Amino acid sequence: MQADWINALLGGVIIGISVSMMLMFNGRVTGISGIINGALTPLKGDTLWRVLFIVGLVLGGFVMKALNPAVFSGGLETAGWTNVAAGLLVGFGTILGSGCTSGHGVCGISRMSPRSLVATIVFIAAGVGAVALFRQVGIFN
Amino acid sequence: MTNQPNIMKNAMKNAMKNAIAALAVGFVFAIGLGISGMTQPSKVIGFLDLFGHWDPSLVFVMLGAIAVHFLTYKLIRRRTSPLFSMQWHVPTKKDVTPALVIGSTLFGVGWGLGGFCPGPAMTSLASLESRPLIFVISMLVGMYLFKFVDSKLKIQK
Repeated sequence: MQADWINALLGGVIIGISVSMMLMFNGRVTGISGIINGALTPLKGDTLWRVLFIVGLVLGGFVMKALNPAVFSGGLETAGWTNVAAGLLVGFGTILGSGCTSGHGVCGISRMSPRSLVATIVFIAAGVGAVALFRQVGIFN
Repeated sequence: MTNQPNIMKNAMKNAMKNAIAALAVGFVFAIGLGISGMTQPSKVIGFLDLFGHWDPSLVFVMLGAIAVHFLTYKLIRRRTSPLFSMQWHVPTKKDVTPALVIGSTLFGVGWGLGGFCPGPAMTSLASLESRPLIFVISMLVGMYLFKFVDSKLKIQK
């Protein structure tokens, strides 16, 4: 259990370094939902970096898998429709709400953006409420 | 007029540099996600399970990331521009809108249902398992769905 929070902290610091690189090099916020969404509506001169960012995210995943496949353990065993519904909600909600865990939760809070602070409180509260509800109705065992 | 071609050339050069930098950022970000535990949906559900078997460890992911970026943000913004761009592209909106709150609520519910937010979902494609892939496809459909709704309603974000 103790190793869990040390890994979480270390991973968090590495994430903090990566978003700092994005700001220093490209002058941008690392908001993953926004980067993906922007790649879906290609604008001239604004697509290549988005696609390569996503390639980097997956490449990093392959390296992690080679080093320690356990990073992808802990998959849920809930009904398949919940996975589809979750994806739809996350895709629709992050674009309507202008960001996700990275853009609002990390980048926005770090620059003390009031919008991001509100968004982060709301999505964590909604997540907590949702998990409690899903336990009640038996979606989670 | 004489330096027009140079400006074009610089923009092209910057676009290449931006792309390579983004590749590196994505890679490092994914390593951070993997080490942190964010790519394990059951851990994410544990983090959100405040009224059940709460696993607070993922709090430290945000704490670590914000601690670093809170400091670097101030330092980096002292510069007049980023290294590979003529200007900053950081959002400046301040108003809390219904779209922000409703969107974040929907996102939170989806996060609590699937255990994935967008970054870890993309990185988990590398597991070559079907769940992350189906999640990502559904997420992209959700984004297209928003585009469609937005084209009709012109939502004030």
